[in-house]
Amino acid sequence: MNILKFFTAGSVDDGKSTLIGRLLYDTDSILADQLEALQSSNRKNDDGTIDLAILTDGLRAEREQGITIDVAYKYFQTDKRKFIIADTPGHIQYTRNMVTGASTANLAIILVDARNGVVEQTIRHSYLVSLLGIKHIVVCINKMDMVDYGEDIYTTIIDRYKVLAQQLKLVDVNYIPVSALKGDNIVQNSERMDWYKGESLLHFLEKVDTDNLDKSQLARMPVQWVIRPQTEELHDYRGYAGRVLSGTFNLNDKVTVLPSGASSTIEKIEFFDQTPDAAHAGQSVTIHLKDDVDISRGDTIVNAAALPQESKLIEADLCWMDGRALDTSMMYLIQHNSKVTKCKISEILHKVDINTLEKHAADEFKLNDIGRVTIKTADALAFDLYDDNRANGSAILIDSRTNLTVGALMFRAAVE
Amino acid sequence: MSTYNFDYLEELEAEAIHILREVAGQFEKPALLFSGGKDSITLVRLAEKAFRPGKFPFPLVHIDTGHNFQETIDYRDKMVDRIGERLIIGSVQESIDQGKVVEQKGKNASRNALQTVTLLDTIAKYEFDACIGGARRDEEKARAKERIFSVRDEFGSWDPKRQRPELWNIYNGKIHKGENVRVFPISNWTELDVWNYIRREKIELPSIYFSHEREVITRNGQLMAASPFLNMDDEDLVFKKQVRFRTVGDMSCTAAVESEATLIDDIISEIGASKISERGARLDDKVSEAAMEDRKKGGYF
Repeated sequence: MNILKFFTAGSVDDGKSTLIGRLLYDTDSILADQLEALQSSNRKNDDGTIDLAILTDGLRAEREQGITIDVAYKYFQTDKRKFIIADTPGHIQYTRNMVTGASTANLAIILVDARNGVVEQTIRHSYLVSLLGIKHIVVCINKMDMVDYGEDIYTTIIDRYKVLAQQLKLVDVNYIPVSALKGDNIVQNSERMDWYKGESLLHFLEKVDTDNLDKSQLARMPVQWVIRPQTEELHDYRGYAGRVLSGTFNLNDKVTVLPSGASSTIEKIEFFDQTPDAAHAGQSVTIHLKDDVDISRGDTIVNAAALPQESKLIEADLCWMDGRALDTSMMYLIQHNSKVTKCKISEILHKVDINTLEKHAADEFKLNDIGRVTIKTADALAFDLYDDNRANGSAILIDSRTNLTVGALMFRAAVE
Repeated sequence: MSTYNFDYLEELEAEAIHILREVAGQFEKPALLFSGGKDSITLVRLAEKAFRPGKFPFPLVHIDTGHNFQETIDYRDKMVDRIGERLIIGSVQESIDQGKVVEQKGKNASRNALQTVTLLDTIAKYEFDACIGGARRDEEKARAKERIFSVRDEFGSWDPKRQRPELWNIYNGKIHKGENVRVFPISNWTELDVWNYIRREKIELPSIYFSHEREVITRNGQLMAASPFLNMDDEDLVFKKQVRFRTVGDMSCTAAVESEATLIDDIISEIGASKISERGARLDDKVSEAAMEDRKKGGYF
C-alpha cells in the first residue's frame, strides 16, 4: 500500500468541500463524534441532510464566511491506498493557497459545474496544475443531478476541456461525471448514469499509478546534516544525512559534491540499524563517502554521470504570495532544498493573466501574480529544470525583513 | 532503472526524518516536547533514526502537570535512561506555586490549560527557537490547517490567517528573536498510522495504553480514572472497569475507554472498528466547536 497525494481545485459553488466530505463519508472515514458534531451543527442542506462540506471547513472565520480560505489536509484510507487530500480554496484571491496545496500533490481533481461547463476559473485551475507540473488530472463534472444526469451535457463539457488540455499540454487527463451531493460515481458507480462506462472516482484514485510519470531518475541528495558523534569508538565517523530527492544511489556509485565539484565514491549507505545497497528517491538515509571531502549542510551529492545545472542566473516561473509587492531592487533569500542564499529578481520577463492565459509585459508583481522572471543568486545553485525534476527544480523566496515566504519558484532555464 | 515501491509507513517515516533533520539544520536551540504519549514516543524513535549514531541535537522537554499517570512518568524515566539524552522538566506545580497560574475550581477542573503558561516559560527560560511536537492533522480540524513549521509569536500565539505558505518539501524556519516555531513531523500521520508504526518498530509503550482494571467514575458521559487529582464528591460513584487510554494527558481530563485490548494487534483492530475519534476522549476539546483553535491561538501545543 502506498500514498496518493491529491489536491482539489474548484470554487465555493462547485461543491468541492461536499465532494471531499462525500469521499470521507462514503469510505467510513468520519468517526461517530465528528458525525455527532456535524449533526448538531445548524448547517443543513435544503433537503435536511447533513452538509458534508462542514467536515473540511476548519477555521472559525471560514465557518462564519462559509468559504475555504486556507489549505486543509484530510486523510483517508481504503484497503488499497492511503490518501492525503490538500483541500484548497478556488477563488482567484486564494491562488497562492492553491499553489501551495498543488506543490506536494501528484494528482489534481478539477471540478466543473455541469450547469456552467468550462469557465474562467476552470482555465485558471488547469493552468495552475500545469504550472505546478501535476501530471495526473481527474476532471469531475459535478452536479450531474442538476442537469438530469444528461450524457450530452457531459460530452459537450469534456470536448471543450480537451481543447484546453491540449493547449496547456496536460498529460494524463481523465473525466468522470459525478454528483457529490447525491454520491453518484464517487465511491459506487451510479445507476443514474448507466451511459458512463468508466470507474467511480474512488476506484480510479485507488489504482492510478503516479510514479510512471513523476519519478525523475537523476540521483540527487541535498545534505541536511552531518552526523559526527566524535566519540572515542566513532572518532572518524562522518555521515551525510539527507533525503534522496530523486533517482537512486547505489554502493560504489561515483558521485560529485556540489558546489565544490569534489568527486568521490559511495562507501556505505546507512539507515539506522540497516546498511542497504541502495538509497531510493524519497528515502531519508545517511551516506558515507570513500574520500575525506569537505561537505556541509546546503551541499548536494549527485550522480557524477548526470550532473545538474549550475548557475547564478536562472529563469523561473514565480508565484507571488505576499501582500507586499515584489521589489526588484531588494535582496531576498532563496531557499532551494537545504541551501539558502541571497538573491534578486533581476528582471520580470512577463506576467500571465491566469484567466485568459495571455502573457504581457509587467513592471510589478503583486499578491497571486504569476509570471516568468530572471533570478540572480549570490551563490550558484545546483538545480534541475522543474519539468525534469520537480524536487530539485523548485525553491521559495523569503523576505528577510518579515521572514515570510513570499514566492514560489519553478526553474525553467539556466541563463548562460 | 529500478523504481522502488515505498510502503506508506516508510514514506511517512522518511518525511518525518527529513523534517527532524531540517530542524537540526535550521535552528540554534531546538527541543523535542515529550509527553510520554504514543505520538511523542514515536518522535523519539524517528529522532533515533534521523541522528544515530550521533546524539540528538536537542533535549527532550516534558511539561509536567503534576497530575500525570504514574505509569507515564516511570516510562519516561526508563526511556530517557535507555536513549541517554537530556531531559528538561517544566513543572506546572511550580507555575502554580509561583502564582503565575491559578488552579481551576469545580468538577471539571483540569491542569491541561495551565500547561500553556509553563510551556511558554520553559521556552523563554531555555531560549528554545523550535519545539518539535507530536500533533497530527487528523486529530482535529484546526490542526488540519496548521503548517508543519508553525511560527508562534513571543506570546506563543498561532495566527491561522498569517500562516506562511508551505511549498514542496521546503520548510522556512526563519524567525525573529523571541519568536519560535512549533514543528510537527508526524502531521501527515493518522492515529492508525502511528499504531501501525509502533507495531512495526516494536516500540514499547506505557502500560495505560493497554487494557487494565481501574477504578473509574462517570463524568460527562465518559469514564475518568478515579484519582486525587479529580474533584470528586459523594455523587461520584467509584467502580471498577476494564479500560485503556487512547491518549496520555493530564489525569483530570483524559477519559478512559472500555477495552479488552491487551496487545497492539487488539488495539489496531479496535481502532479500525471504533466509532469515537481519539480527541473525542478529551474533555478539553468539547467546550465549543472552536475549542482547539482558541487554545492554539493562546499558545497551546
